[in-house]
Amino acid sequence: MAKTADQHFNDLRGTRIWRSIFRSGTGSSTLKRALAIQQNVFLHLFSTKVRTRMLSFSATWYLGTLTLGTFLILVATGIPLMFYYHPSVPQAYADTKDLQFVVSSGLFLRNLHRWSAHAMVFLVFAHMFKVFYRGAYRAPREFNWVIGVVLLLITLLLSYTGYLLPWDQLAYWAITVGSNIASAVPMIGDKIHFLLLGGNAVNANALLRFYVLHCMILPLAAMFFVAIHFWRIRKDGGLYAHSSEPAVVRAQAAGVQPPTASRGGETGSTPVDAKEAQ
Amino acid sequence: MADSKDFIAGVDSNAKKSPRRIVFITRRTSAQVKAETEDQIQTFPEVLFRAAVAVMTLAVVLVWIALLFNAPLEGLADPSHTPNPAKAPWYFLGLQEMLHYFPPVVAGVLVPGLVVMALIVIPYFKVNIEADGLFLKDRQKRRRIFYIVAGALSIFLFLFKVYAALVPTLIMTGLMLLAAQSSLQSPSAFRRYLAARPLSYWVMTWFLFELVVLTAIGTFFRGPGWSWVWPWQGS
Repeated sequence: MAKTADQHFNDLRGTRIWRSIFRSGTGSSTLKRALAIQQNVFLHLFSTKVRTRMLSFSATWYLGTLTLGTFLILVATGIPLMFYYHPSVPQAYADTKDLQFVVSSGLFLRNLHRWSAHAMVFLVFAHMFKVFYRGAYRAPREFNWVIGVVLLLITLLLSYTGYLLPWDQLAYWAITVGSNIASAVPMIGDKIHFLLLGGNAVNANALLRFYVLHCMILPLAAMFFVAIHFWRIRKDGGLYAHSSEPAVVRAQAAGVQPPTASRGGETGSTPVDAKEAQ
Repeated sequence: MADSKDFIAGVDSNAKKSPRRIVFITRRTSAQVKAETEDQIQTFPEVLFRAAVAVMTLAVVLVWIALLFNAPLEGLADPSHTPNPAKAPWYFLGLQEMLHYFPPVVAGVLVPGLVVMALIVIPYFKVNIEADGLFLKDRQKRRRIFYIVAGALSIFLFLFKVYAALVPTLIMTGLMLLAAQSSLQSPSAFRRYLAARPLSYWVMTWFLFELVVLTAIGTFFRGPGWSWVWPWQGS
């Protein structure tokens, strides 16, 4: 009897090599499914279980997931772009031209990178407003909201530093306009401006600085904070669902009229309650 | 919660593994309250599968956009030739629009700094956590404060001729005036909705409105010398 793809996959999961790589092992019991998340260094950032209601599109619009998606696309397209790019003047512009006309699929890579970057900025803003209107910044999630604000700023900086790299007129003057704002800071404005650009105007030093920030420092910072952001969702009791909040559940159990959904009000929830849910 | 006992007592019987412990759980402690009553689903594979589908759908859309539309690439950077207008990336055009009206230290430093500060402190204010309708309590006093703030802001924007920011402010003020005249018992569902909106909702919605309007104006309606042009006029 021919085996189904499922059975083949199960056999694969049973092999010694597979078992040596993934700690969760075979089987599809609830325990094994939980272990598949909990025993994986990347997936353990997430909860092993999610409220079924939070899977519906209307609950989150999947904006956080989609933002992560754009970030992954940007990493995947950004690395091959780096292979063809020198952060020097005027070679940077020539390399961009080469990507446009010479390199196989170079045009597609650059297009995808650019549009994904715009999409990421848009999605980060959308995610922030969606979280706000759901009231999901409430305790114990306050600090995760703050991390989200940090990630918003990192995203803007990532996009802004990437904007200069093609070294065309559009890039040059957009960065000139933007960096001049830094000079407006009282007292230390010119110093910040100089530190940012490595000079008094946008030049080769600025290009190199923006390149290092864009390809190295800011992506690492983003990954660092994204990891904390995800981990805190789990530690703070999963995605925020008003009717599952400890105070609301307690009120219902005690037969008290729970705070109405329209008020979105919920007080007295302590971090202890949320940890218990994990 | 039908039983009249105020606590449950238990003894951990596995003395070989752990020291003997006696536990008293009173009804009021959270340990006895089951916080999770909702249906839950395993993250693996159901949630991961959905996330993967969402990301792949996004990837397909972005790939189509990348195939159909080319990223802009202009001539080599030339410090001696300034394009008119020189525009920042679109997400900063709201700020650049502000720079048109206010000195850089206000529009470029003070306003964005205050916005970031305001975003960070949102979850740390009790008024945002309780989220009661803005005009439901202390109606007279809050109305008076609202009239003063909205009036002062509108006059300020009018005096500086910031009509682009004034129009959204006036629309939001109109909605808030309606909210101030509404109650939760109103026969109109829309007015009940407005009456239940808390302060943070009004401030954030006003911010979102201004952000969208200013960014759109900076992107589509500004031409040489930051003068007003219609999108169909070209440049």
